[in-house]
Amino acid sequence: MSRLLAWVLALVFVWIVNNQIHHFIDPYILSIVIFAGINIIFATSLNLISGFTGQFSMGHAGFMAIGAYVSALLSTSFFASFPQLFFVVIFLSGCIAAVFGYIVALPSLRLRGDYLAIVTLGFGEIIRVIILNINSLGGARGMTDIPPLSSFGWVYTGVVAALFMLWRLTRSSQGRAFLAVREDEIAASSMGVPTTHVKLQAFVIGAFLAGVAGSLFAHYLSYLNPQTFDLNKSFEAIIMVVLGGMGSISGSVIAAVFLTVIRELLRPLQDMIGIDLRMILYSLLLILVMILRPKGLLGTKEWIDFVPRWPKKVLRQRRPLHEG
Amino acid sequence: MSLFFQESVALKVEKLTMQFGWFKALTDVSLSIKKNNIFGLIGPNGAGKTTLFNLLTGVYQPTSGSVEAFGKTLLGLKPHEITRRFVARTFQNIRLFKELSVLDNVLISLDHSSTSKYRGILSSMMQFKSYRKTERLHRDRANHLLEIFNLHHRRHRRACDLPYGDQRKLEIVRALATGAKLLLLDEPAAGLNIKETQELMCMVQLIRDQFDLTILLIEHDMKLVMGVCERIAVLDYGCHIAEGTPLEIQKNERVIEAYLGKGAHA
Ligand SMILES: Nc1ncnc2c1ncn2[C@@H]1O[C@H](COP(=O)(O)OP(=O)(O)O)[C@@H](O)[C@H]1O
Ligand SMILES: [Mg+2]
Repeated sequence: MSRLLAWVLALVFVWIVNNQIHHFIDPYILSIVIFAGINIIFATSLNLISGFTGQFSMGHAGFMAIGAYVSALLSTSFFASFPQLFFVVIFLSGCIAAVFGYIVALPSLRLRGDYLAIVTLGFGEIIRVIILNINSLGGARGMTDIPPLSSFGWVYTGVVAALFMLWRLTRSSQGRAFLAVREDEIAASSMGVPTTHVKLQAFVIGAFLAGVAGSLFAHYLSYLNPQTFDLNKSFEAIIMVVLGGMGSISGSVIAAVFLTVIRELLRPLQDMIGIDLRMILYSLLLILVMILRPKGLLGTKEWIDFVPRWPKKVLRQRRPLHEG
Repeated sequence: MSLFFQESVALKVEKLTMQFGWFKALTDVSLSIKKNNIFGLIGPNGAGKTTLFNLLTGVYQPTSGSVEAFGKTLLGLKPHEITRRFVARTFQNIRLFKELSVLDNVLISLDHSSTSKYRGILSSMMQFKSYRKTERLHRDRANHLLEIFNLHHRRHRRACDLPYGDQRKLEIVRALATGAKLLLLDEPAAGLNIKETQELMCMVQLIRDQFDLTILLIEHDMKLVMGVCERIAVLDYGCHIAEGTPLEIQKNERVIEAYLGKGAHA
């Protein structure tokens, strides 16, 4: 119970900060903090699929796009006069994204490795192209006038909720099932793990959270453009996961924050020379990581594994995966 | 009478054939293994022993033939469904969950054992009282199993960091933890020295008695299984060429031929 309390306290803290933050933070910095939060949800959700369950997904931006557009539609139609029901919009758009996660995963989970990568990559592109061609969603012009309901409070409530979900899940019997599938599918199924079902679960939860990230994103920018959710966006999530460590939630959090910040730092330079530095940066980072820390920043470890022994006794929910 | 017979049989394989393209890896293999027996399956490398295990555990579907465990057919079932029918296996080329701890390796089997309560996403996330109770129960059980195999003190190590012999043992513990009543062990002693092998074979006998198991043991080295098995069947080029007590098998002409080539004598 006391551990649950810690998560609730984190939420309370988020809302206290939310009410005070405009007094002492520049709006530009605040926007970076908010984008970092959205990226945290986006990256960790992919980590569940790729890092923990070991399934390639190269179309993760597709799920985010679905969440973004569905929530924008909802909050400009049914929920237009109920902005206080924003959390319902977030939840519903997450659910729709999850349904798509299920639909994509169902036929493609028979595929392995690179085939799955290609199918999910195709899925991401299809979603983008479909949105591009729907006029009521603004098509290539983009969708405007989305109510700006996202705030620091909502985004970080999302972050806390997502991290709570993933942290608990990955350190439970369910999490062991994900890991078993990643480690060895044949052995897992021979030990009674229903591997297809487990992979579906990972895709559904991952897509749900990506959809949540999308809806938070849509209502922060109040403008959506299908080009936002292109291959580069999916690739960004992959970089964050690989950089932080496949199978480390804390790693993804660190990498998401790091990449969001460094992109903003590079923006002046980028505007000056007029080249998209993102991809150059990502490739460089990827090469560096592969040379220096092939398993990513934290590998499969979590922040808690780096805490010295005595406070760990208080903190840990269970023994870390690897000890000694 | 026939009912009685049914009940005392753990595994019944009839006319099992497996064809890979043009190549027949198994041809009309029939076996019947009594409950509580340790049954040896021997044969030279490439005889089709592992293929038989893959058929029994649903990794492959046979071309023809039937497989029954404890009176129920296993045909058409997926591997995880077969585990729920109390059949579990180990792998010749060790397939542990390498990056996970020894304890987690065992817990995964326990989580999905046929007697364990289903714990879904929600209860995993909220960790209700019932969830935690089951978790504690499984941990105790896992620790108990690990103790039997002397792996308890290494339970927090990563599986891939274990010495080779311990990895082989962990394979058995993991299969045992599924709640299996029929254990299929694929060359559990491969790569072990004589002392380790003898120790392992003693353990196999021990768990058979303690957990009331039936064990089907693959081994390509004939001498190793003579001591532990009550009955032995011999495969050669996918065909069932002999079956009997260890003594009978040792004297069998066709077996000697299969192992040493024509014209040789033991
Ligand atoms: N998936 C497969 N496809 C084609 N041939 C296979 C396959 N699996 C096994 N075989 C062949 O079946 C034969 C028996 O192999 P196996 O069962 O592993 O032998 P054993 O375990 O008795 O040493 C071998 O010749 C092997 O090459
Ligand atoms: Mg073999």
